[in-house]
Amino acid sequence: MNQASASGAARALLRRDLLLVWRRRGDAINPALFAVLVASLFPLAIGPEPKLLSQIAPGIIWVALLLASLLSLDALFRSDLEDGSLEQLLLAPQPLALMIFVKVMVHWLTTSLPLLLAVPLLAEMLFLPPELLRVLMVSLLLGTPLLSLIGAMVVALTVGMRRSGMLLALLALPLYVPVLIFGAGCVMAAAEGLPYQGALYLLGAGLALFTVLTPLATATALRISLT
Amino acid sequence: MNPILRWFHQLGSPPYFYRFAGRALPWFYGAALPMLLWGVWTALFVVPVDYQQGDSYRILFIHVPAAWMSLFIYFVMCVNAFIALVWRIKLSELLAMHSAPLGAAFTLLTLLTGSLWGKPMWGTWWTWDARLTSELVLLFLYLGVMGLYAAIEDRRSAARAAGFLALIGIINVPIVHFSVEWWNTLHQGATIKLFGRSSMDPSMIAPLIALAFATKLWFVGSLLARTRVALVEAEIGKDWVRTALLPNPITQGERHERVA
Repeated sequence: MNQASASGAARALLRRDLLLVWRRRGDAINPALFAVLVASLFPLAIGPEPKLLSQIAPGIIWVALLLASLLSLDALFRSDLEDGSLEQLLLAPQPLALMIFVKVMVHWLTTSLPLLLAVPLLAEMLFLPPELLRVLMVSLLLGTPLLSLIGAMVVALTVGMRRSGMLLALLALPLYVPVLIFGAGCVMAAAEGLPYQGALYLLGAGLALFTVLTPLATATALRISLT
Repeated sequence: MNPILRWFHQLGSPPYFYRFAGRALPWFYGAALPMLLWGVWTALFVVPVDYQQGDSYRILFIHVPAAWMSLFIYFVMCVNAFIALVWRIKLSELLAMHSAPLGAAFTLLTLLTGSLWGKPMWGTWWTWDARLTSELVLLFLYLGVMGLYAAIEDRRSAARAAGFLALIGIINVPIVHFSVEWWNTLHQGATIKLFGRSSMDPSMIAPLIALAFATKLWFVGSLLARTRVALVEAEIGKDWVRTALLPNPITQGERHERVA
């Protein structure tokens, strides 16, 4: 019998998932729109004072992106569960962790990457000092894949449930805390002229570690919740 | 087979555990209660007043054992969750899941007593210190485990999923602790620290130790009691439940006769 190699299967899955997103490309902009809307609520709620806004802008942008990433997580396995292809992935001879890594990567590419493109706009709306934008972008570039990877573990645990929205937030947010602290913290440190590279290095180290570990954990979680 | 090892294996069987827990329960509660009373009485009336903090430091005798318990119970929960995931022992699933509410209660107690102490001492109910933040995240993790366990219909896969979440969370707590510490040191100077154990007067240590042991014993007793009930609930159709709970056990055959 002819069996696809692991890398071949990963490529096929990548192509399929990207194609699925492309066919419904209207939905793909929603997380970015959501983040822009959340961020624009803050000036309305706390007043349009540029000094205050520029101080809290990194935190607002981080939280807006984190929430957008969280809300879009629910869709990570949902359609695959409904049409049965998730079970085929579980049964496939290729390593499940690799397949999950591909799926998480697609999730990041299609939800967080558009968000990152919207960040300069958000930064301008919230009067973020231009010299901080670079630090913010780097921290988000390292942090948002971490959010997707960590979130995937939690989604895998709740995958069989019909209404998991609130529960998903309750489970995922405590795990997001360190990423948020380092990500927003390093921009805040940079704003005060303090060294910020340490937090970025830690985010990078976390990303390297979690890229390897969380797909394995997600695979285990999927097997738990689908058997 | 080694008798201790055999006893341990037998403990995994629900009827055996049910009987064992029923017998052991009063001993744990019985040992915890005098220690608890002595510890609280000594802490409140015997131990001298602190030269700096006055009487309000006495809340520490509840706060510190509760804080130790909040971490200890998480550890117990994770060990049981690990056993449940690897060897699929039903009893371990129940032990892990019924540790969670107790742990959450101790964590909440830690946070409440801490903020009651913080108001006169630090002048604030809350500060985003590393310990406080990690304790808060710990509470959220407990609540997450409980929420996930309650949300999944099939009890056994619910326990496995929630146990797995607990195991993911155990990595998270130290990371949160250090992240806030490093973040704060990036941000500002040293934050206010709770005083260490070593700098404590010996007369204060005795009641603290007594209370630490009393809370542990009480936890074991309470966990056994909860797990007993949960076992009955999980095995409601089994014969051993009927023989254990009814004064005059009716077998399946007799029941059919009586109904007829």
